[in-house]
Amino acid sequence: MRILTITKRIFVEMFRDKRTLALMFVAPLFILSLMYFLFQSNTNTVADIGTYNVSSSLVKTIDNKHIKIHKMSSDVSAKKTIRDKDYAGFIKKTDGRLIVTYQNADQNKTGIIKKSVQMALIKTQIKELAAATKKSKAGLMKMQAQLQQIKKQLPASISGRIPAASAPKNMQKPSNLKLTQHYLYGKSNSSFFTTMLPVFLGFMVFFFVFLISGISLLNERNSRTLDRLLATPVKRSEIIYGYLSGYGVVAIIQTAIIVLFCIYVLGIEILGSIWVVLLICFALAMVALSMGLFVSTFAASEFQMVQFIPIIVIPQIFFSGLIPVANMAGWLQAIAHIMPLYYGASALTDVIQKQASFSAVIPQFSAILVFLLVFIVLNMIGMRKYRKV
Amino acid sequence: MDAVVTVTHVDKSFNKKRILHDVNLTASAHEILGLIGPSGAGKTTIIKNIMGMEQPDDGEVTIFGNKMPNRQVLQRIGFMAQDDALYDSLTGRENLKFFAQLFGVKKDQLNERIEYTAGVVNLNQDLGKRVSNYSGGMKRRLSLAISLIQDPDLLVLDEPTVGIDPELRRQIWDELRKYAKDGKSIIITTHVMEDAAECDELLMIREGHIITHGSPDSLEKEYNVDNLEQVFLKAGKSNENSDNN
Repeated sequence: MRILTITKRIFVEMFRDKRTLALMFVAPLFILSLMYFLFQSNTNTVADIGTYNVSSSLVKTIDNKHIKIHKMSSDVSAKKTIRDKDYAGFIKKTDGRLIVTYQNADQNKTGIIKKSVQMALIKTQIKELAAATKKSKAGLMKMQAQLQQIKKQLPASISGRIPAASAPKNMQKPSNLKLTQHYLYGKSNSSFFTTMLPVFLGFMVFFFVFLISGISLLNERNSRTLDRLLATPVKRSEIIYGYLSGYGVVAIIQTAIIVLFCIYVLGIEILGSIWVVLLICFALAMVALSMGLFVSTFAASEFQMVQFIPIIVIPQIFFSGLIPVANMAGWLQAIAHIMPLYYGASALTDVIQKQASFSAVIPQFSAILVFLLVFIVLNMIGMRKYRKV
Repeated sequence: MDAVVTVTHVDKSFNKKRILHDVNLTASAHEILGLIGPSGAGKTTIIKNIMGMEQPDDGEVTIFGNKMPNRQVLQRIGFMAQDDALYDSLTGRENLKFFAQLFGVKKDQLNERIEYTAGVVNLNQDLGKRVSNYSGGMKRRLSLAISLIQDPDLLVLDEPTVGIDPELRRQIWDELRKYAKDGKSIIITTHVMEDAAECDELLMIREGHIITHGSPDSLEKEYNVDNLEQVFLKAGKSNENSDNN
């Protein structure tokens, strides 16, 4: 009953604060849209390269839609050209060596050039190989013809024992292999955004709930209403649960808005159940909430609360799947496992992209619940600071 | 008279600075007890120790026979802090209702209690306004109304009359007098001598020491002066002398 009273009050306060409401419900959509467009354009990167003294056939093989080639008419310094014209690379042929210089300011473009040049070299080699094979085949035919000639000139007794050599018919023609590609998850045009969406979703929910709940309890303390609250027979746990359920509902609404926005406005496919997505986000929001409340105990002002963001929120982004955790050093992986967002983002990725059912993400989900439990207990202990019973 | 609150030998320090020195007091039913002293004397610290918000380093506080801090006892205490401690984005009525529900006021009595307590402080007309639009005095009055909401047996009021106009001040004192007559116990702090004169029993506090106590009349007689301010000054001086001896 008292829990419900506190929940209701948080709700009324929240909905009367239009700015905060906008931050909770509109800001995530704004950020997501921005990211959507930014990552979309990222796939059409074009690298400018300068070439000098490279045969036009090789240039042709290097050329593709991600490369723009500028032929230089005179021998110029690669470094100078890259610097002056802001090219991503420069290719030059001297004494039978192909020298590639990269600007390497954008590793993406460096990668594109590297790949294109390597592909071109392989293609050229295959072509040369094919030409050589043709030549050797012609040579073989000629030798056979000569053999026949010799055979005819031999006495019949010998020639009968020599097997009739026929032209090698089983010489394989290079078969034209057709490539068909299937994608288990997503589509061929899945952008980086689609891959990152689950991570962003988890992060948004975590970040905004953490910040707002923490600041709201801080305000309650600084305006002394917490003292007044604790001068009533309310239990400390009832205050914590009241906050959890109040902001929990806000988090559910926020997640629902973000998810619906992604599906219907941005056209992102969510393969698994939306309900499981909502459930995971809710659990994640609860952890963010209990962490925010706990951390606010150590902040004297809103400004000090904001100071916790670089310490508690930002590091979690790195371990949330933006960088594959499996490739990290052992000790970094250990750190990842104490970050709630790691479990949340991994569960969300499984459900949204791999169509995992709820039972498949139970391990991550339980980890989130353990965090929640730990922080609820810490909060109850923290509240003792304000009232001993 | 039955003792409602007893404070015995309470010491309290913050950051190694001694705030309270051996504080003893008794508040009884039918009585208004005033804690009087300049700001920084330790009045609010005494209140916080009584409410169980702080725990004394030494000594103990009992209320209605229960050692504090005790959550159940809080049900019977109406508390008004020095800060108004209100929810600014809620209306006056919503603030009252919120605290009424925390005290478990029954649904059928809820509106009656809200109207009654708002009436005591003349706020009935303004209950629908948000507290952010209230003046300082209105906030003080709403805060007082909240402390009365569950019809407590003990009222603990920290500087209740600050920012309240003389007419309303009179009205509030009449109301407090009525509660005392009904058998409630009231503890108030103040630094205004006019308020002190209204109390049944006074404790004068200076730098964490209780320098003298008694009813306003008996104190004036004892120190042979005609107002409480003089009593405070004289008592303070004699206390200093006894300290030096």
